[in-house]
Amino acid sequence: MSKSVQAVSQIGQLDGKSRITSLVSMLPKLLMPLVGILLFLAVWNGVSKSIDTSLGQFPGPAQVWQQSIVLVNEHNAQRDKAAAFYERQEVRNAQRVAQDESYVPKIREFTGAPTFFDQIWTSLYTVMVGFFIASIIAVPAGILCGLSKSAYAAMNPLIQIFKPVSPLAWLPLVTMVVSALYVSNDPVFSKSFITSAVTVSLCCLWPTLVNTAVGVSNIDADLVNVSKVLRLTPLKHVQKIVLPASIPMIFTGLRLSLGIGWMVLIAAEMLAQNPGLGKFVWDEFQNGSSESLARIMVAVITIGIIGFMLDRLMLAVQRFASWDKNAVLR
Amino acid sequence: MQNKHLELSQVGIDFPTPKGPFTALTDVNLKIRKGEFISLIGHSGCGKSTVLNIVAGLHQATNGGVILDGSEVKEPGPERAVVFQNHSLLPWLSVYKNVELAVKQTQKGKSKKEIRDWILHNLELVHMTHALDKLPSEISGGMKQRVGIARALAMEPKVLLMDEPFGALDALTRAHLQDSLMDIHAELGNTVIMITHDVDEAVLLSDRIVMMTNGPSATIGEVLEVNLPRPRDRLALADNPEYNHYRHEVLTFLYEKQKKVEPVSNYKKTKQRNAAKNSDAA
Repeated sequence: MSKSVQAVSQIGQLDGKSRITSLVSMLPKLLMPLVGILLFLAVWNGVSKSIDTSLGQFPGPAQVWQQSIVLVNEHNAQRDKAAAFYERQEVRNAQRVAQDESYVPKIREFTGAPTFFDQIWTSLYTVMVGFFIASIIAVPAGILCGLSKSAYAAMNPLIQIFKPVSPLAWLPLVTMVVSALYVSNDPVFSKSFITSAVTVSLCCLWPTLVNTAVGVSNIDADLVNVSKVLRLTPLKHVQKIVLPASIPMIFTGLRLSLGIGWMVLIAAEMLAQNPGLGKFVWDEFQNGSSESLARIMVAVITIGIIGFMLDRLMLAVQRFASWDKNAVLR
Repeated sequence: MQNKHLELSQVGIDFPTPKGPFTALTDVNLKIRKGEFISLIGHSGCGKSTVLNIVAGLHQATNGGVILDGSEVKEPGPERAVVFQNHSLLPWLSVYKNVELAVKQTQKGKSKKEIRDWILHNLELVHMTHALDKLPSEISGGMKQRVGIARALAMEPKVLLMDEPFGALDALTRAHLQDSLMDIHAELGNTVIMITHDVDEAVLLSDRIVMMTNGPSATIGEVLEVNLPRPRDRLALADNPEYNHYRHEVLTFLYEKQKKVEPVSNYKKTKQRNAAKNSDAA
């Protein structure tokens, strides 16, 4: 994306003839992604026609496009309903206050089913909470492992054993623990939300932890010696030397973690019934109408695009946070 | 020796290896006066850096020890500031901030203005006040080394330790920085221990040149007093017979007494001789 912008701005600096020739030479770069996508759509269209499932023909690009519009319309209709619901309440409350001045107006919340866009929002919120919990544990733990060989030796077996565990294996345990520990008459968060977020945390701890540890242990020995000569306290050493020096590796870890977290989230939401994209896919699958597969495909593409955008977002944050503005980040 | 300032006595160090301890240094004895400029010279791998690191406190001597003004050196500290070969400025801090880190750490209890003045004063000494807000990646290698020296000086060290400070620089920049260093030394009178590979640099800058034997078990081979009057001028000294005598002394030590590598021609000769022997035997 940014490359094509760069290319265009480069073209802007050239004049007349050379501008045209360079535009021609740039064409493949600008065109190839488009060619790739079109080719994919064509193959998808061709193959989908020959796959018949019990829910009807596998959806091609046209059906998926159609369903994405249906989902947008459903969302708008639901929003209108909600607006009308609140309006009715207000009118009713105004009338009752007019009749009896001591009446305290109550507003009931709209309880219609969440739309596709509500579910996207829930998923984003859940993954961010899970990712945040993981990061505030993994970065300090990684720094500790990077600074102290014995801490690393103690943590390493645990890291190696828990790193490859699937979220689906954690989920039943997390569900039971959350049910047992999170007891409240007036819960701020739903249990399904906490279960999903914690499962995401458990799975996206590891890349950040490992990368932070590697980054910290590879700090230039001279910089560490500078810190020793200056007799920096351990806290200042971390703050002034360790953190800035390992920022690039920490962010590499954070980006990997967020990617994994997003992937894990969908599975967690399916099983925990957190009203996000995972539940959307599950419900459509259970629903089993002739549109279900097309609607799931919309979710698949949405999940992919959001995952890509999350990665770009982290990249932007990394560019902002890193001192080395010349480093090539990809 | 009047005014004992820094004393290395019977310093030796062993490094553990899988095949048992490796003795890098033995019996290094040296007494240094206040304000003296000492060069350590020797072939690579002779333990010059190890000596410097022991004085800095970055390495612990296995035998013997180092005493500075009556107290033993056990850990690194700002009174023994180090100028590293690769400047080792923090790449994320500007020139000013790099020096500031050292000043804030060593000059506690000073007012903001005093701290700022002291930072600027030290950058003034190395002629770097024009680049206060530049990052290390934005200035040349020579400039980085200047800032590294300013940072070390800002700690007000009793002893300034320099590990081949100009080794990575081109000849012109190096000469320039050597002149700066002589000016600073004349003005501040710090005690300096400098590691160098460069014979001219050693003779030009030093009061004494400490020449080290080759490792393993390296130690001090000879110590040469350089009695050239200061200030010294590299152009005037170029034809000075005394200067050339000192150079010759050091070169003789390095390339005759402590010959490290046999010239390629010798190696060829031995090979031919061996080949001839073998053919005779056959």
